[in-house]
Amino acid sequence: MSHHIFGLTKRINSIKFALLSPDEIRRMSAVKVITADTYDDDGFPIDKGLMDLHMGVIEPGLRCKTCGGKVDECPGHFGHIELAMPVIHVGFVKNIKNYLDATCRECGRIKLKDDEIEIYKQKIEEAKKMGASPLELMLITKKIIEDAASRPICPHCGAEQKKITLDKPTTFREEGRKLTPKEIRERLERIPDEDLPLLGINPETARPEWMVLTVLPVPPVNVRPTITLETGERSEDDLTHKLVDIIRINQRLRENRDSGAPQLIIEDLWELLQYHVTTYFDNQTSGIPPARHRSGRPLKTLVQRLKGKEGRFRSNLSGKRVNFSARTVISPEPFLSINEVGVPEAAARELTVPITVTEYNIEKMREIVRRGSNPKGDKYVPGANYVIRPDGRRIKITDRNAEDVAKKLDIGWVVERHLIDGDVVLFNRQPSLHRMSMMGHLVRVMPNRTFRFNLAVCPPYNADFDGDEMNLHVLQSEEARAEAKILMLVQEHILSPRFGGPIIGGIHDHITAMFLLTHKNPKFTKEQAIHMLSYLDYDELPEPHKDENGNEFYYGKELFSLILPKDLNMEFKSKICDPSVCNNKCVHEACPIDAYVVIRNGKLVAGTIDENAIGSMKGKLLDRIAKRGSDEARKFIDNMTRLAVGVISYRGFTSGIDDEDIPEEAIIQIHEIIKESIKKTDELIELYKQGLLQPAPGRSVEETLEMEIMRVLAHARDEAGKIASKHLGLENSSVIMARSGARASMLNLSQMAGSIGQQSVRGQRLHRGYQDRTLPHFKRGDLGALARGFVESSYKKGLSPTEYFFHSMGGREGLVDTAVRTSRSGYMQRRLINALEDLKVIEDRKVVDTAGNVVQFLYGEDGVDPTRSSGGENVDMDEILTDVLGEKYLLRRRK
Amino acid sequence: MVRFDVLEHELVPEHYLVPKEEEEKILKELGVKKENLPRIKKSDAVLRVLERKYGHIPVGSLIKIVRKSPTAGRITVYRVVVRD
Ligand SMILES: [Mg+2]
Ligand SMILES: [Zn+2]
Ligand SMILES: [Zn+2]
Ligand SMILES: [Zn+2]
Repeated sequence: MSHHIFGLTKRINSIKFALLSPDEIRRMSAVKVITADTYDDDGFPIDKGLMDLHMGVIEPGLRCKTCGGKVDECPGHFGHIELAMPVIHVGFVKNIKNYLDATCRECGRIKLKDDEIEIYKQKIEEAKKMGASPLELMLITKKIIEDAASRPICPHCGAEQKKITLDKPTTFREEGRKLTPKEIRERLERIPDEDLPLLGINPETARPEWMVLTVLPVPPVNVRPTITLETGERSEDDLTHKLVDIIRINQRLRENRDSGAPQLIIEDLWELLQYHVTTYFDNQTSGIPPARHRSGRPLKTLVQRLKGKEGRFRSNLSGKRVNFSARTVISPEPFLSINEVGVPEAAARELTVPITVTEYNIEKMREIVRRGSNPKGDKYVPGANYVIRPDGRRIKITDRNAEDVAKKLDIGWVVERHLIDGDVVLFNRQPSLHRMSMMGHLVRVMPNRTFRFNLAVCPPYNADFDGDEMNLHVLQSEEARAEAKILMLVQEHILSPRFGGPIIGGIHDHITAMFLLTHKNPKFTKEQAIHMLSYLDYDELPEPHKDENGNEFYYGKELFSLILPKDLNMEFKSKICDPSVCNNKCVHEACPIDAYVVIRNGKLVAGTIDENAIGSMKGKLLDRIAKRGSDEARKFIDNMTRLAVGVISYRGFTSGIDDEDIPEEAIIQIHEIIKESIKKTDELIELYKQGLLQPAPGRSVEETLEMEIMRVLAHARDEAGKIASKHLGLENSSVIMARSGARASMLNLSQMAGSIGQQSVRGQRLHRGYQDRTLPHFKRGDLGALARGFVESSYKKGLSPTEYFFHSMGGREGLVDTAVRTSRSGYMQRRLINALEDLKVIEDRKVVDTAGNVVQFLYGEDGVDPTRSSGGENVDMDEILTDVLGEKYLLRRRK
Repeated sequence: MVRFDVLEHELVPEHYLVPKEEEEKILKELGVKKENLPRIKKSDAVLRVLERKYGHIPVGSLIKIVRKSPTAGRITVYRVVVRD
């Protein structure tokens, strides 16, 4: 079927691969390299050496002897080495094996009868006519070779065939006898041109014997430049080193051969030459040791230059280094808006924005240029590093010429001025796993040396401040800046396409602070209120309340309501909601633990603001406000984070190990429970040993026992946790953090205060280690709780030596899992990107590839943009009805 | 002879042959040229079943497929028959 092309002006029709023939190598060679030396004592390239000037120049001042060009003009030219004896090219070992297998050892014909040859040839022709892909053609070739290789007798000359084996990497044997490359080459030479198409070779472009090298091309010196260190010492490229080895051995081999040395010596040298040529192509060939530098470092030869993450493709072609970018450590700055990024002055002076001079800005630009590239003064003012004249010439601005250049500045020139507040930049943290890993920020030039941003933006970047570094890119065109501002600005990414909820939002202290501000509606004096609100842009305080003594005060919920949009109505359950408190029947505003949030006309009437309201990923309030528009959402998050910092820094908040203190009797109770459970497991084991344990349906007795024990011990840990929790109330900082969703969980706390519980590997109790036991401290075959990884102690009490060991076993699984997961998901991500990178959604919401082929008739089949959805759903009726009917609807919904 | 009808299988979505005279209208609605449509091979098991019902189905015919979608419930897509 014909492929129609649109949206493309050019399309590669076909690519032809061919082999270099020895003649062609000689023809394209500018010099025959015969000596392994590089430079003479004066540092001048030696004639016919590896740095011969015919192969190009790398030193300024010299001229190429082939084209006459100077360093930047000469493209470099190949040379060649005449090999004394032929050697196998490692890249073609598999092909050579196939050709030897498929052809006759005597006459060289493919081992197929003439009529079979005809049939196969027709089949290939037909496939080509149908537009078969190279892969499909390769499959046909593979079948032909298999067929031909299976014939024990040549159908053409009747010669008996012998089995050829490949001794990796490059040694061929015929029934044990070694075949020399020379013999192999002779056999390949005998294959007639007419048989080649059947072997997948186009005789017009390649001959199989060219896969055995008799001449080796020497790459231009530009490809393997000499490095001169500061000490004046010269250091050759790895490729040059390898070529030196090849020439040396080649010379010795030739001398020995010509002087009629013993066959054994010649064979040894020949094999050594094969080794050097092999490692010259690929220094990671399996089966032979890699060639090493004097320092012991393996050499980087041709294949190593191309392959892998550091190779030419992934490191230089798919990805490149760029200008106008900066990288430094990040740190938090709660007084920045989520849209902003703090840029160190030093970076701002290095990163520039090109501004075209017009009649409207010429005076301003003159002023900036006049300041030079390093303006003095306490206050940061932008200078400029370069100006570009209309003829394209770049002029570097120095203190000496600044005044002069400023005077000459004219309309149409371009000034590369330093960053100023408000410039749009891209900010990125690796690994860039989703689109929110690179967002547009507005610059705020700041003192010190780190990039700074609002803490609410940590989740999309997955950033923390334990030494993380991030990259910043300054946009260089008006179009790019417009795109960044409209599409990439942080506030446009508050809602994540991953789950249709807010990914930018409160974390850690924001959540704790909002909890402290709103839970059970605490009172604050006017002074306290003013202090906390001073972090915000609020000029007016609401009407204060008065207590019996006439002192003015405010309620926390009131202060929080200040940052809510005035017409907001909603209600939802707080994170701290515990259905058992209200007997599984929610009582809404009357909730005894203040866990039902009610917002009426922008006033928080009831409930606690915690993770479920303002948390990143979970915040319902955030989600609701974000759907009202990105400006409003940005303002809310800015205000919320500032208010949070105001509240928590005024009140103060701390946590210590004594948060996990529980009374002596509670500890005793926990011990009781654990002792009881251990006894119960012992009973189960006894039952099992007597053969009285009833297996669960579909399980063996052993599996049943394990299941039962796991159940009993998990129950024990939960019970211990419950007792610990009973003594850990909401006056406790750690509990506030866990219950409000700020950080950690009640499980973490009960493991600190109560008991750590069963350790497991692959979901099973620990059982490996020594024969029939986990550690030599236990009897063989002991199935008891303590012998199989149950940790009775708490983190606070500390672990016994055996417990510590078990805990490390369980902990290791987690580490291994994450290591394996990240590498695997990284690979999957790369594959997905390569498959999907050029698909796009067009105007009518079809998904198409670059050729216009339809991938989906409607994006996602339902045409919904998850970012604009409600948790992935098309419409949220609740939200619409609340917006239209307000309280009336919310009250009716409760029933 | 009892032959297995793949269309009866619950994992195989509904397939229909689009009548020649409707092709143009459908392509216009979709805003797609025939060669840019997803393909279905002439040798596809479903086509053999469809041929029992509609008779010979030449290369280039349109096949309408109605299938379940996790996001949109039921969706209709089209494929064009190609040689294999
Ligand atoms: Mg970190
Ligand atoms: Zn040159
Ligand atoms: Zn023969
Ligand atoms: Zn409640």
